[in-house]
Amino acid sequence: MESCNCIEPQWPADELLMKYQYISDFFIALAYFSIPLELIYFVKKSAVFPYRWVLVQFGAFIVLCGATHLINLWTFNMHSRTVAVVMTTAKVLTALVSCVTALMLVHIIPDLLSVKTRELFLKNKAAELDREMGLIRTQEETGRHVRMLTHEIRSTLDRHTILKTTLVELGRTLALEECALWMPTRTGLELQLAYTLRHQNPVGFTVPTQLPVINQVFSTNRAVKISPNSPVARLRPVASKYMPGEVVAVRVPLLHLSNFQIYDWPELSTKHYALMVLMLPSDSARKWHVHELELVEVVADQVAVALSHAAILEESMRARDLLMEQNVALDLARREAETAVRARNDFLAVMNHEMGTPMHAIIAVSSLLQETELTPEQRLMVETILKSSNLLATLINDVLDLSRLEDGSLQLDIGTFNLHALFKEVLNLIKPIASVKKLLITLSLAADLPEYAVGDEKRLMQTLLNVVGNAVKFSKDGSISLSAFVAKSESLRDPRVPDFFPVPSDNHFYLRVQVKDSGSGINPQDIPKLFTKFAQGQSLATKNSDGSGLGLAICKRFVNLMEGHIWIESEGLGKGSTAIFAVKLGIPERSNELKLSFVPKGPANHGQTNFLGLKVLVMDDNGVSRSVTKGLLLYLGCDVMTVSSGEECLRVITQEHQVVFMDICMPGVDGYEVAVRIHEKFSKRHERPLIVALTGNTDRVTKEHCLRVGLDGVVLKPVSVDKMRSVLSELLEHRVLFEA
Amino acid sequence: MEVGQLQRKFVDYTASLFCEGFLDEQFTQLQQLQDESNPDFVVEVVSLFFEDTEKLLNDLTRALDQQSVDFKKVDAHVHQLKGSSSSIGAQRVRNACIAFRNFCEEQNTDACSKCLLQVKQEYSLVKNKLDTLFRLEQQIVEAGGAVPMVG
Repeated sequence: MESCNCIEPQWPADELLMKYQYISDFFIALAYFSIPLELIYFVKKSAVFPYRWVLVQFGAFIVLCGATHLINLWTFNMHSRTVAVVMTTAKVLTALVSCVTALMLVHIIPDLLSVKTRELFLKNKAAELDREMGLIRTQEETGRHVRMLTHEIRSTLDRHTILKTTLVELGRTLALEECALWMPTRTGLELQLAYTLRHQNPVGFTVPTQLPVINQVFSTNRAVKISPNSPVARLRPVASKYMPGEVVAVRVPLLHLSNFQIYDWPELSTKHYALMVLMLPSDSARKWHVHELELVEVVADQVAVALSHAAILEESMRARDLLMEQNVALDLARREAETAVRARNDFLAVMNHEMGTPMHAIIAVSSLLQETELTPEQRLMVETILKSSNLLATLINDVLDLSRLEDGSLQLDIGTFNLHALFKEVLNLIKPIASVKKLLITLSLAADLPEYAVGDEKRLMQTLLNVVGNAVKFSKDGSISLSAFVAKSESLRDPRVPDFFPVPSDNHFYLRVQVKDSGSGINPQDIPKLFTKFAQGQSLATKNSDGSGLGLAICKRFVNLMEGHIWIESEGLGKGSTAIFAVKLGIPERSNELKLSFVPKGPANHGQTNFLGLKVLVMDDNGVSRSVTKGLLLYLGCDVMTVSSGEECLRVITQEHQVVFMDICMPGVDGYEVAVRIHEKFSKRHERPLIVALTGNTDRVTKEHCLRVGLDGVVLKPVSVDKMRSVLSELLEHRVLFEA
Repeated sequence: MEVGQLQRKFVDYTASLFCEGFLDEQFTQLQQLQDESNPDFVVEVVSLFFEDTEKLLNDLTRALDQQSVDFKKVDAHVHQLKGSSSSIGAQRVRNACIAFRNFCEEQNTDACSKCLLQVKQEYSLVKNKLDTLFRLEQQIVEAGGAVPMVG
């Protein structure tokens, strides 16, 4: 055993140092043991720590270190070999673990560091997203404001409301201090303050339009920041200590109706702008943000659209009101005119009747008087009375005719008549006067002029008389030639009347009449006036003129009604004149079997009195009339069958029936229709029964209708025996019956 | 009564009917149509007239009683009545019908009702007269005489 050279603890000298070492080691061991405990505890608490097993390692390392230090405590004194061995084991282990840990850490620490980097990166990203969200939110808000504003603005079509609402809503949304709208005046040279938000009654400030600041605003469609000192922004007296808020101005296009051309949208074609000025509250730190400016621009555009809609609506409502007014006025005028026409017609009718009755009485009585024994003077007086009253009667009739002609209510009385006889009669009438004046009258009728024609005999005679009468009236001497012929279409065309196209057809022909006189003639300039009523040319107003001036006017209208034309030619004063007219007349079908329309006066021509066995069909829905007619016919010896309806009639009618009497006043049944069907059923003339209408009224319309439909006659109910007898005999003799 | 008296009475009565306007010459025509081959023509036709008229008057009364009067129908009925009455020569009935038709055109319900009353009145008058006339005729025939013609 060697002497132990270990340093004997010399308690008195190094005892203090030993003591301190001892205590420190103890505490170190304590710390070394408690640190892993703390680590484990906190790691257990946290859920995220990814390197657990590293911790275990670390813990082990620390524990072993602690153990080492702890064991160190025993080595200060004499220690046994066991302690030395334990100490060595501990140290070895510790060394092992610490090396491993050190190696491990090399891998782990960069990872940990990168985590930290990622964390930083994420934080930045989050901040950025936050910023962006803030932006989007502001945009969305702006959009919402715009929509709301637009909705408010567009919910009305009244101009003022639109503008007022705009200002109010903008003021609200943007929390403005003041909002003003300047409208251009009529001349466009000035802007007038039209609306403001806070001031209730804007005084009529005006600023000239040509200010630079205004031009600047008008030249762009963006909202422009302007100085609070510019004239448009100075709405209140400036004597305030405030720092005025920022001011923005934007143009509002005012579109006119005329701007909306179809092919060209009003981009920049408008010249009129209004100016909207917006002021932020003074003394606040607010500034105009971009999104607020955008909002203002959008609103300005919307306002423009809303205003134009309002303008269009106003326009159309005004037009509609105007039209309604006009309609009402027109309606009133029309009704007044109708009333006037009716009143006039009534008056004329009454006048005609009232004046006609005494007139006819005078004429009648005067003619009777003529027949009595009179002295020559008395006779002369009576003749004068007669002549004058005849003239007056003619005048009354003329006036009535003319007024009826004017409103087209005159209808021609179409009938078949003898044309040759008509001319002869006119000649006879005119001859006395002509011979008094020693005028020679000649009549020449063309060879191809039909003997009978269909037309209005009375009015044709009237026209002829008038024309010939004029010729006689205005001729002092010489001759008058009256000629009539059938006109070919060429000779009818008068170059002066380009719209007269005579079209001859199978059942019509044009009668052309020429009356030539060698009288005083007419100034060619006066010729057009001749046919206007009440107009008398200078040369015509001779002493002898006693015409009312209506004659030729009426003639012209009659001739027009007959689809013809009348004109006068004259080479001048003193050279005579020629009156020519052409009218359309019908050609009668049965020209050979025609009977004159004048029913001969006197005892009726009985002709056939025996109608024995004549098969007759009577159609009448009235039982009583039917039996009476049947009895009548039976009495006359006919073989009568009766039916009470149109269908029955068509069913039973046969060729053997020679005559059909039908009541055309049957309600609900169209007698005319039945007649037409009978015509269809029996196409050949000789097979067809003669159809006669029985009716309670025989006015012109009915007669015309009957003729048109093809009936062979019209008879007025109730029928007497004699009448029936004559009707039947006429029918059978002439196969036609025209009752006068 | 003896035949002569009856006949005179008949003639006077007939003349009075004509004078008072109950009948017109159409009735004379009817009488002319009556002969041996058709001995009861007048009575038949007049009875037919009575039947028709009674029916028409009923229809008219009903039609005018409606809430909303169908003037077309009323007019049609009156037209029929006018036709019948003029066929037999019942002059006053016919005239009343003419007036009636005018009011129908004007669609005047009150006036039409009045006219209807008028027509009914005239009809019953003429019916009485004609019935009396026919009874007289019958009496004459029964008494063995001939009915005189009143032209």
